[in-house]
Amino acid sequence: MDFLIAILTLALLALVVAVVGAPLRRARKLRVAGAAAPEDARQPRSETPAAVAARDTRRRDELEAAREAKYREIRDAELDYRTGKLSREDYQAIDADLRAEAIEILNRLEELSAERGSRPRDA
Amino acid sequence: MAGLGFACLLLALLVCAYGIGASLYGVRTGRVEFSESGRRSVYALAGILTCAFIVLEVAFLGNDFAFNTVADTSSRTTPAFYRAAAVWSSQEGSLLLWAWLMSLWSSLALFLTRKRMRDVAAYATAIMLGFGGFFVALMVFYANPFGTTHPAPAEGAGLDPLLRFPTMMIHPPMLYSGYTLCTIPLAFGMGALLARRVDADWIKAIRRFAFAAWLFLGMGILLGARWSYSELGWGGYWGWDAVENASLMPWLTGTAFLHSLMIQEKRGMLKVWNVSLVLATGTLAIMGTFLVRSGILNSIHAFGGQTLGVPFVCLIAVLIAGSIYLVVSRRDMLRSEHRLDSWLSREAAFMANNLVLVALCFVIFWGTYFPLISEALTGQEASVGPPWFDRYTVPLALILVLLSGIGPVITWRRATLANARRNFLVPIASALTALLILEIAGVTQKPLALVMFCCAAFVFGSIGQEFFRGARARRAMAGEAAPLALLALVRRNRRRYGGYIVHIGIAVLFVGVAASSSFQHASELGLSPGQSTRVGSYDVRYVKPTATITPKYDQEHTGSTLALGAVLDVTKGGRHVTTLYPSEGFYASEEASQGSVGSLIGGQPVSHVALDGGITRDIWAAIEPDVEAPALERIIKTGNSTLPPEDGIVAIAYLAREYLKHPPQAQFHFEVSPLVMWIWLGGFIVLTGALIAIWPAPSAVRARVFARSRARAVRGLARA
Amino acid sequence: MNPSRKRTVRLVVALSVAVVLASALIYTSFSAASPALTPSQLLRQAQPGRSYQLTGTVVAGSVHREGSVLDFSVEDRAGGGSEVALAYTGVVPDPFHEGREVIVSVEKQGDRFIGEENSLITKCPSKYKTAPPSENQNS
Repeated sequence: MDFLIAILTLALLALVVAVVGAPLRRARKLRVAGAAAPEDARQPRSETPAAVAARDTRRRDELEAAREAKYREIRDAELDYRTGKLSREDYQAIDADLRAEAIEILNRLEELSAERGSRPRDA
Repeated sequence: MAGLGFACLLLALLVCAYGIGASLYGVRTGRVEFSESGRRSVYALAGILTCAFIVLEVAFLGNDFAFNTVADTSSRTTPAFYRAAAVWSSQEGSLLLWAWLMSLWSSLALFLTRKRMRDVAAYATAIMLGFGGFFVALMVFYANPFGTTHPAPAEGAGLDPLLRFPTMMIHPPMLYSGYTLCTIPLAFGMGALLARRVDADWIKAIRRFAFAAWLFLGMGILLGARWSYSELGWGGYWGWDAVENASLMPWLTGTAFLHSLMIQEKRGMLKVWNVSLVLATGTLAIMGTFLVRSGILNSIHAFGGQTLGVPFVCLIAVLIAGSIYLVVSRRDMLRSEHRLDSWLSREAAFMANNLVLVALCFVIFWGTYFPLISEALTGQEASVGPPWFDRYTVPLALILVLLSGIGPVITWRRATLANARRNFLVPIASALTALLILEIAGVTQKPLALVMFCCAAFVFGSIGQEFFRGARARRAMAGEAAPLALLALVRRNRRRYGGYIVHIGIAVLFVGVAASSSFQHASELGLSPGQSTRVGSYDVRYVKPTATITPKYDQEHTGSTLALGAVLDVTKGGRHVTTLYPSEGFYASEEASQGSVGSLIGGQPVSHVALDGGITRDIWAAIEPDVEAPALERIIKTGNSTLPPEDGIVAIAYLAREYLKHPPQAQFHFEVSPLVMWIWLGGFIVLTGALIAIWPAPSAVRARVFARSRARAVRGLARA
Repeated sequence: MNPSRKRTVRLVVALSVAVVLASALIYTSFSAASPALTPSQLLRQAQPGRSYQLTGTVVAGSVHREGSVLDFSVEDRAGGGSEVALAYTGVVPDPFHEGREVIVSVEKQGDRFIGEENSLITKCPSKYKTAPPSENQNS
């Protein structure tokens, strides 16, 4: 019984180490591969392809979240106006503001896609 | 196998320590792989604790009495369902449940935010692992669920009969889910402050968790109230007990947060307030967990383990100090974008709602911790009772219900007299109509209840108006038929209309509370067979006694040796209404001093309440049979001295027959309470509304909606 | 008044109202509270007409029921001889038993102690077993 427990515990430990350590191993592999090419070795850490891609994804997600929220706000404002919670003047002013903000976000999203398209893909 | 469980706990502790280090290192040095590794540590923790939980469950289901917790709280005769649930009826097992649920929700939160908020998530990971590690450490050093005794006892003590009700076994997981979910927003809030990224993103990410915490806590509280009312022998659903209050407080601040969040989204105001609410809710949840198991307050939930008090106090002190420091040091990042324009506005109504909720929380907090406060200040421990709580919470509750009707219809920014007239005519008319009807019906002796009914009518009027106007607006915009318009309206604005349904549910719930507490008829008296009494407008007659025996290895869910009860005939104005069968179950105890026969029924007696629930009233009856009547005592004494232990059940059978032939007077407790059903109904409506509000729109619909909105945005701007 | 002045005034007013209400709350809590005493303390300090929370253990053999009145005695949890006998009416919780810890609101009338109706709370005997919440009712 104790033998079985010991085996199971070690198996669990191995599994945990594998799962938790995977990112570290991956990063080390990338570093090793990167070190083979001298130009990449001089690249600052924050400019590695991985970091840039991560930053892009983050920006895209933030913008998409902001876009969702903005659309909801526009719809909410219209519903508020039609159910009597916003006066006409307030509604028109708010609506114009919100739509301008939405356009702004959409433009920035398009810029981001254009940027990514033009950036060289790396292995 | 206990060794494996304990090894899991040690492994969990290691993983927590590593994860905290890796996340903090990753976020400080910008090395993403370490933050990743930290996040995976949370997943690993969830996996490890799941293993530990399975080990314990298997032990319970398999009756492995070598485990101390199994021997203390389960037995071969405990039915399987209760054996599985008995895992969390002990201090140790409940800590494991807490830690396990915490790891699951944390994993989910991190999984859902894995692509965003890297910095915030890394700090949040460290904090969540801190909590997890705290609870695992408690188990490893203070309250080990995997402690064993060798040689293993042959039989366990059995599950406390008071817990052998399905509601009571679901109550802890539900409540613990609520408590643990409260800590997720806390972790992310602190993370956002630490990472100095207090933009809208983190609040949106945790809104779902704050909502889920609110929902689970609310349902857990209602389940507890329902259990108390329908299973316990005192016939009430809320007693302002310390532990009840402890779960209500984070729920109140959670509700406040869900509302002030909307203000932050719309107007960028109340940022400091919101983050403080998030931190307060999490801290109150930890305090609630602590209260329940420390025994520092004279509550019925005397969960022992005085040794646990000190670590908890340290954790709470760290949380409070840390929260205050973080909010104060980051306050310049939390400046409002707009200011309050008028006190007659939707923003102001939301703020008022928040203030009332926080005031309620403060009142309850003060009353609950008063014994400690008074001891610290005056040296004499004193406590306040339900009348004190009621005096302050009832007016606040009235204002709250009223606000829940004002909020949905009042205008943003500044309400003028003109639009006030437009918006409030119907709700006020509803309230006045209700007042008129109630006056005519003669329901005027209890003014507070009357005010509550009118406030509820106000809410119904205002929410009804919202649905009507929304459907009308939709018809104007999309030309759909009325019922379709209503459906489409709710589908496309789930959060808003789901929230409105929640408001209706709350109003219904409070109507039930007001009616059942103000207009209840209760009586307690002794009756012999044939006698009857009047309760409210009903006549209750004790027809005849009942006695049931279930021998040791029974298949019944209660497992009592002997149950003595009564058949009660309830009539109203001569017409038969219902028949009630209350009883009291007597369980076996382990005390040898009671004798071989006496110990068969000398354990914890449990009242089996008879309840006839109806939409307009509940009829509730409990019995306390006199099992110490001289004739019955004599039978037990004789049985003790003359019968061998294994034949003790014969004496019990004789006792049952004697009880049926010559029943002594039994004590009865009757209650006729109007509209109790409305409380559970209101809760159900709240649940429905909440589910509608959080139900995500299917992605195809969302894509279409976006495309349309985008086109309109461009068109609108071109027009303007 | 310019807007920022108005805002400050509003803030001050709101805070003052909050402080006043909180003070009222805190003040009344001290006068409405009933002190928690053990039997030995109760015997020493009890004054007629005031309500006290008596905490202690039910004395073995002291429990008698006469109709709707339950007579029993409560002794100090730590032992030590002092016993308080009282007469109680109202709901008796399921766990109530000799040797169990109870909390009950009592008032001294003459030289007897009367338990307040429906104020009896019984603690569960073992380490960590959930027990019913307070039996207090708004009677």
